Amino acid sequence: MTIAVIDYGMGNLHSVAKALEHVTHEKVIITRDSRCIKGATRLVLPGQGAIRDCMGELERLDLRGLVEDVLARQGKPLLGVCVGQQMLLEHSAESGGVTCLGTFKGEVRRFPDGMRDHNNARLKVPHMGWNLVDQRGDHPLWEGIDSHEHFYFVHSYYVEAAEEADVLGSTRYGHINAHVAIGHESTFAVQFHPEKSSRAGLKLLENFVTWSP
Amino acid sequence: MTLAKRIIPCLDVDAGRVVKGVNFIGIRDAGDPVEIAQRYNQQGADEITFLDITASHEGRDTTVDMVERIAGEVFIPLTVGGGIRSCDDIRTMLNVGADKVAINTAAITHPTFVREAAERFGSQCIVVALDAKRVSGDDEEPRWEIFTHGGRRETGLDAVAWAQQMVDYGAGELLLTSMDQDGTREGFDLGLTRAVAEAVGVPVIASGGVGTLDHMVDGVLKGGADAVLAASIFHFGEYSIPETKRYMAERSVEMRL
Repeated sequence: MTIAVIDYGMGNLHSVAKALEHVTHEKVIITRDSRCIKGATRLVLPGQGAIRDCMGELERLDLRGLVEDVLARQGKPLLGVCVGQQMLLEHSAESGGVTCLGTFKGEVRRFPDGMRDHNNARLKVPHMGWNLVDQRGDHPLWEGIDSHEHFYFVHSYYVEAAEEADVLGSTRYGHINAHVAIGHESTFAVQFHPEKSSRAGLKLLENFVTWSP
Repeated sequence: MTLAKRIIPCLDVDAGRVVKGVNFIGIRDAGDPVEIAQRYNQQGADEITFLDITASHEGRDTTVDMVERIAGEVFIPLTVGGGIRSCDDIRTMLNVGADKVAINTAAITHPTFVREAAERFGSQCIVVALDAKRVSGDDEEPRWEIFTHGGRRETGLDAVAWAQQMVDYGAGELLLTSMDQDGTREGFDLGLTRAVAEAVGVPVIASGGVGTLDHMVDGVLKGGADAVLAASIFHFGEYSIPETKRYMAERSVEMRL
């Protein structure tokens, strides 16, 4: 029983590994070794920084096929986090347009500049801080977490899924309704950082490590 | 609009102990950083900033150890600043569990370091700390410049222009401290906060001068800050974080309660 955090060189994997270790006695490994990834019972696909670099590194390290295989077969629980969620869509508008893994139909778009709040203060991009997540439907990963709970976000691009059925949670920023949790069968992916979202985030990770889809 | 304004307790740490100075001089001991961070986390702090003010090299190892211990216990964002001068320093801090680093002096002596750091680690983890002082007279159009060395050394850099340049270079967030107000407990420099917050598209954390809960409210509503940072009012138990958040929420500041 191992949980593998896929290390393709993009971003800070220690936080997510530490948070997982906090909620489970199962072994948590940070790895880019294909055998370890294939042998793991659960996978976490993190991601930070530019999506073009994330996709590029995944390919360069020969991990893209492996991840696509897991996503195509389903059955093995996979949690995407931040850019790890965005990469599951078909396409991102970042850096002039990047083709992504296409597990979910839809697009990754940039928050528009110039949005303002009710105090007429600038709404900053990145969308950074704690915002409310409205859950859609019951999902085992939401168990014990209230709908309309705060989670921690840092991102400039957001997911707009094309299939209503894939959307499991949304967050409002300005006039944008971002699809911050999407899922299908054994895949669940979130824009926010559960590893940095205090009690609610740890609960979601705990639900993930015990999830049998 | 549901994005909450953040309350960030700041731990100024010298050789492994939390201290808080008045204008960085006259330091009082406030305790163990790991215990304090845990307490703030339990109370609902939105983020924690750890500023290493240790001068010695031996002290730096203590800092790395402290950051690692905090990150293993506290699952909210953790920013580490003080002595971040190279990509290796950043890598070290991220490896032990920091989420962001705050770059201060090195951004001034070597501005392209900010660009290099943002390209390598992503803007989301690069905070640039600005220490500003008002340089205009009372009857002049207000103007602020960047100072270093605890406000003692001038750089001649205009604070607003510098803030914009740092964002162009890839800073994902700005930690803005008024060196005039820091340690006075008379409130933020709201003019400075507003000027910078309006000039840049990234979040601005207001710092320096908090003495009352109204100061925190003003930092957001009048200063336009996205987050407010305070040290002594929390460390010495004058106000708790839940009390601060309730007070601000009652005054229509969006809070994570």
